[in-house]
Parts: sequence; structure tokens; C-alpha cells
Amino acid sequence: MKKERFVLSLLVRNESGVLTRISGLFARRGFNIDSLSVGETLDKGISRMTITAVGDDYIQTQITRQLEKLHDVLIVEIMDSKNTVEREIMLIKVNVAQGSRTEILEAISIFRAKVVDFSPTSLTVEITGETSKCEAFVEYLKPYGIAELCRTGITAISRGCETLKNKIKGE
Amino acid sequence: MKLTGARIVIEVLLEQGVDTIFGYPGGTVLNIYDELYKASDKIKHYVSAHEQGAAHAADGYARATGKTGVVMATSGPGATNLVTGIATAYLDSTPLIAITGNVATPLIGRDSFQEVDIAGVTMPVTKHNYIVKDVNKLADVIREAFIIANSGRPGPVLIDIPKDVQLATCEFEYKKKEVKKREYKNGSEAFQNALELILKSKRPFIYAGGGVVISNATKELEEFSELIDAPIGTSMMGLTAVDSANPRFLGMTGMHGKFAASKAMFSSDLIVAVGTRFSDRATGNKLEFCNGRKVIHIDIDPAEIGKNIPAYVALVGDVKDMLKKLNKNLTKQHNPKWMTEIESLKASPDACLDMDKSRLNPQSIIESVNKHAPKSAIIATDVGQHQMWTAQYYKFSKPRTFITSGGLGTMGFGLGAAIGACVGTGERVVLFTSDGGFHMNMNEMATAVSYNLPITVVVLNNNALGMVRQWQTLFFEKRYSNTTLNRKTDYVALAKAFGADGKKVCDMNMLDQAIKWAFEQKGPIVIETAIDCDEKVLPMIPPNGTINDIILKG
Repeated sequence: MKKERFVLSLLVRNESGVLTRISGLFARRGFNIDSLSVGETLDKGISRMTITAVGDDYIQTQITRQLEKLHDVLIVEIMDSKNTVEREIMLIKVNVAQGSRTEILEAISIFRAKVVDFSPTSLTVEITGETSKCEAFVEYLKPYGIAELCRTGITAISRGCETLKNKIKGE
Repeated sequence: MKLTGARIVIEVLLEQGVDTIFGYPGGTVLNIYDELYKASDKIKHYVSAHEQGAAHAADGYARATGKTGVVMATSGPGATNLVTGIATAYLDSTPLIAITGNVATPLIGRDSFQEVDIAGVTMPVTKHNYIVKDVNKLADVIREAFIIANSGRPGPVLIDIPKDVQLATCEFEYKKKEVKKREYKNGSEAFQNALELILKSKRPFIYAGGGVVISNATKELEEFSELIDAPIGTSMMGLTAVDSANPRFLGMTGMHGKFAASKAMFSSDLIVAVGTRFSDRATGNKLEFCNGRKVIHIDIDPAEIGKNIPAYVALVGDVKDMLKKLNKNLTKQHNPKWMTEIESLKASPDACLDMDKSRLNPQSIIESVNKHAPKSAIIATDVGQHQMWTAQYYKFSKPRTFITSGGLGTMGFGLGAAIGACVGTGERVVLFTSDGGFHMNMNEMATAVSYNLPITVVVLNNNALGMVRQWQTLFFEKRYSNTTLNRKTDYVALAKAFGADGKKVCDMNMLDQAIKWAFEQKGPIVIETAIDCDEKVLPMIPPNGTINDIILKG
């Protein structure tokens, strides 16, 4: 069984403690979370979480089934990577030395990133995309000196007209 | 009608059919206890010596009756003292409702007096838990808690109610008790595959767990074993799933299981596992467990399928329903060669592993209790050697008559659980315990005496932590680190000090007489039996071992 990265989408009740319930479950079963993003859905009573983790078939099945047992979890789905749009946002503060500004601005345009703040010695850039693209951009910027970086973690949605909410059983 | 939160707690408990609660009062549950006082004709509250004892009592009550256990405690230490009891119930799938008070909502998060985040603490050991911050939600939360505790695989649910919510009022409307039976989907091919595997099997073996007891599926299981012509072995939690007099019953499998049961399991070509989660203590080496045989796994919890042992075919659902459906579609099978082999296994090495009868020994003690106890008696234990001996030597005939902490292995569980089982059934309860386990929560003797409960405590005193000592003998070259207790406790005097009575048994001649005497008494009795510290629990399959590693001689 091969270990591979996978993305889970969850709809959960927007109750206090629900984040702890889910992260606690991962911790006590010995599974790692690589990234987690969460936000309200159109229905204020329901939040959507996107979790990325690494594991083989066994771990993927166990995580899904254990999550499904939580009362606050309405549905869990492992996203089909071929049929999923994945995005993450990074904000990167990069040092700008004399003469390097043009090169950096060029890269920003090629990577379709955006300058969101500006100072005589630094640029703050926003980049949105799949993880691989964002990471390639970071690699490019490293030689210039990255002063600060923050990222949201993956959020993901399936392609086509299917929705997670429609798959909830017994609701 | 407008009611306070405290009153709503009582009204919903009544709505759910609760007539018995175990607990311990305190500052943040004063209002609920005040309402309990007014409702004392409808709900009987048993006050324990320590909250842990109350939690075990509620657990024992639920295990013996099949009803939901309810335990109540105050905030802070009251609540944390419940934790071991809740975890014990969680690991053995007992439906339990724990109600705790907490400081008033404006004081939460300020490290107020007797404040603790009990919902945070119990998150990993409950099916679900709540902090109710709005009195309008209180009634529905309690109702939902009962549904969660009992639906699917049962388990504990904790409800934390801040003091101001108990004082606040809101409109209350009665609702009828709701029972939700979860529906499980199994593809028709799963059933077809299971039937095919069973029909093809020449050496089928049924491995029954606690799920059979919880699901009340003894009849269906026995019918199933007749239909597929297979022997039955059980986990410790499944020990009362089948009448021990059933000729197909081989006993407990696993680390301290019967040789015949383990041998049959490892010789089978198909294991039908019913209502079990394949604990490491029950399976031994997991690769060998599956080597050369297929597993059909029937369980109500989808997360148990493939968790510890890969299932060739899985049927998810209530085991009673699943067995009924299988039985309906099965024709009578015949495996004469296999069953002859099984018969010969019954005369296998450990059948004559009898302990040395020239001195007082655990086997004789348990058999004497078995002989003199009423047929309806319920047997509780603590954890350790005495627990395994009870599992090996006591002949159970009815489900829910063996109350023991399997999954968590909680020493100190026994006396509280015995109290709960006794209160719930009104039957005589025997607690087998040891000098180690009894010392943990013997304070509950006070409770047993207060309510004059017919509980016979049999202390197997070997002056040591016997199970740990056994491991030190076998695996640590007899370095007995901290397992020789050297207690000077006088158990008879102790029983008397609590207001009970007792007798000490030092040799075989005194045994039957003392046991008979104990069963003639109305209230709690302590019988101390002096046994040798080197009595071992045998046979033993060492951790991660197989039937080939079995130790038969000490």
C-alpha cells in the first residue's frame, strides 16, 4: 500500500469545539494533518473543512470512518484528485535589493501573482493556485530573501454540478 | 409551562424512563439535587463514596440491565473523578449519560473555584459531549444525548450544565421518548459472498464478542452455529454470549483463553467474527491470525471493519439483524470431520491443567462460589489474575451476568460496578477482586452497606499484584519491582468497620462453609481467601504470539 497525499472535505455542524473534536481525533489515532482550512457555508449552521493528510489506503479508510462517527460531522469525502479544483493562497514578503525589483515583478506577472503591498525594501505578494504552483513561486523567490510567508492551506471543491451537501444521508 | 433548567433535567430524565441515578452532590449541582429531592418518589438516587465509584456503578447498572446508566457529579474534581468511569464505559460500549454541573457561564474560562473544562477532558472518551449554555436547548440536548448513547454502537455521552443555566427558566413541553435505530447499507453481494464463504468452508469457527451480548443475539448466534455446524469461541466481553453448557462453546480465546478455543481458531479455514473489534489481547499475532483463513466480520461500527484485522467480507449492522438474515438464507451444513476434531480438542492439555487442590487455590474458590451462588447471580470483577481466573473457571449461563472491564482494564472497577448491577437487577452480586484491585476503590463498601446490598466480595489475596508479578516472572527474570504489597490489611476487621461482616479463609476445609455462609447473609460480605503469590493464569499466549507459543506450565 502506497502512502499518498489526499484531500478530505467535510461538512460539520458549526458548534463550539468542533475543530477540537476533529483535530483531536487525528492526534489520538496517530494521523497527521498537513493542512486544515475551515469556514462557514451559505448555511450558517454548517461549516466546511478541507483537510490534507498523507497516508495509505488503511489510513484513508480509518480516518474517514472514524470522522463519520463524530456526531457533529455530517459528511466526509475523500476528494477525487482528477475531478477537484484545489486552491491555496500565500502571502509572501520578499526583500527587494537594489536592481532586483524588475526581475521580481516579472516573475510575479509570469506566475500570475499580485503585489498587495510595497515598501522601499520589500514587496508583499499574493499568489493563489494549486500547491505545486505556489511552491514553485516560493522556490524562485528564495534567493532574494523571503522575510515572511503565510499560507491558508488547501481549500477544494469538486468539478461539475455535484455538491457535498446533496450527498448527506438522513438529513 | 415555564420550568427551571434544574427541573428540566429531572423532567427529561423521567421522560426517558430513568428511575435510578448514581452520583455525588456538590456546589454546582445543588439546584439539580434540590429537584431530585422533590422527585425522590420517582427517581432513586444512590450516593457513592467517590464519584469514580458512582460512574462505575452507572456502568455496571447499564451492563447488567441493558438500560442507560446515569451518573451525576459536580464541577471540577467531581467531574474529573468521573473520567476513568466514562473511559471504561467507552471502551466496552456501555450506554451512559454523565451529567456534570459547571460554574456559571460568566465565570467560565477564568479558572473559577472548582472549574474544569470537562467537555474538553472527556472528548476522547465519549461518543459525544455538550456544554449547554442556553436553557432553551437543554431539554433537546438531553434527549439527543440519550439517542446518541444508545444508537449504533452504544457509549457514554457527557452533558455539562453551568449553574446559571440550571437556574434560568424557559418553556418546557413533554416529548415522547424517541428511539432511533440507525440503518446500515450492505450491498446484496456482501451477503451473497458471506453465504458462499460459509458454504465453502469445511472448518468454520465462530468468534463472538460483546456485541452479541449488547444486541441480545444469543438465540440467533446459537442457531447460526447449528446451521453452519461450527464451534464457538468468545472474547472476554463475549463470554456470556453463549450458555457455557452449549456443546459448541469452547470458551474464551486469546491471551488467557482455553487451549481448545485458540487451537480451533488457528485451525479453522473461516472465522465468522460477530460483534467484536479484535483487541490485541484476543487475537495475538495479527498476521498469523489471518494466515490461511478468511474472516467474515459482522459489527455495528463501520470503523471497526478492517481496523485491526482485514475482513474478507464485512456485514455492517446490528448483529442480531445480520445473524437473522444469514440464518434465513442458510441450509443446514455438516462438517463431521471438523466437529470430531473439535470434540477431541476438548480433552486438550489445559482441560487437566487443574490447580494444586492440596492448598487453597483460585480455581477451587471460583468453583465453590459457582456451586453455591444462586443461578441468577451476577459476577463482577476487578482487573488482573482473578479476572482471568473468573473468565476461565466460572460457568456462565445467561447474558449480562459477567460485569468486567475489558477494553480499558480498569482496576478498581469492580465494587462500583457490582453496586450498580445489584441495584439494577435486585440479584445477588459476587465481586471477585484482589488485594490490589480492592484497595483501589474499597471505599464503596460504605455505599454497599448504606443501601444494604446483597454483594459478596471475594478477595483473592496473594499479597502481590499477581498479573504484573506473573509477567515479571516470565519476562523480567523475577525482578519483582513494586509488586509485593506487604499490606497488613485485616479484611474481616475492615468489613466490620464499614458495617458489613466478613470471614477469612486460609485453607480448603473452610472454603465451602464460608462461601455458603456469605450467601445466607442479606447485606454485603467480604470473604478474604489467602492464595499463593505464584499461582499463574494459564494457559498464556505471550503478546503477539500464536497457539504455537502457548505456555501451559508455570
